[in-house]
Amino acid sequence: MNVRILLFATYADLAGRGSVELRVAPPATVADVLRQLRDLVPGAARIPERPLVALNQVHARLETPVSDGDELAVLPPMAGG
Amino acid sequence: MASHLTRSAISQDALVAHVSGPDRGGAVTFLGLVRNHQDGKGVLRLEYSAYEPMAEAESARIVAEAEARWPARVALLHRVGELGIGDVAVAVAAASAHRAQAFEACRYVIEETKLRVPIWKKEFYADGTVGWVDPTTADKRTSGRAGSDSPPVGSRGG
Repeated sequence: MNVRILLFATYADLAGRGSVELRVAPPATVADVLRQLRDLVPGAARIPERPLVALNQVHARLETPVSDGDELAVLPPMAGG
Repeated sequence: MASHLTRSAISQDALVAHVSGPDRGGAVTFLGLVRNHQDGKGVLRLEYSAYEPMAEAESARIVAEAEARWPARVALLHRVGELGIGDVAVAVAAASAHRAQAFEACRYVIEETKLRVPIWKKEFYADGTVGWVDPTTADKRTSGRAGSDSPPVGSRGG
């Protein structure tokens, strides 16, 4: 299945890009996808072990299962306000 | 509000007008303003970026939660893009029949916004360096990149 990963702010700087398309073997959780991302994109290895994540624009957990076509956003500490 | 993100200057009056009504006798606003210092460094300007579709959705969820919890009408608007010192970065307005509920709803919305809305702040310092603000490490940081020491809500104006 295909998962689209979005990276923002300092994480985008680390990875050198703002988005990555990954082909992932099901079943997989958010943590599985992040592991694959770290292996594939060198700079992404420097993203913290347990980052905040959102799945399809809703806050999610590392244990949340992912489905084909999902959009997984990896969120640096938020600094609005 | 049609949108909770804007690239234009925020009008406090427009927000209050949006939430006020003949049955609401108390209106409270909170304004977050761009500050000229961070961890002892001078800040010249900053840039807010967002995961925009989610920032819109999460803001709408927070407003809906507040309006479900208190008999209040609430508005929330956050700037994105480049801002200068003193600019309004975020504004919350809450109006209710009586003031207590307006204060509580306003406070809830700004606190949840800071925790949940995916917005990031890049600061440009007087010494020529640039840094992403990380509110979670502000206390540990001694030098180098930007941090945040945002005071509790209510002490920043509004």
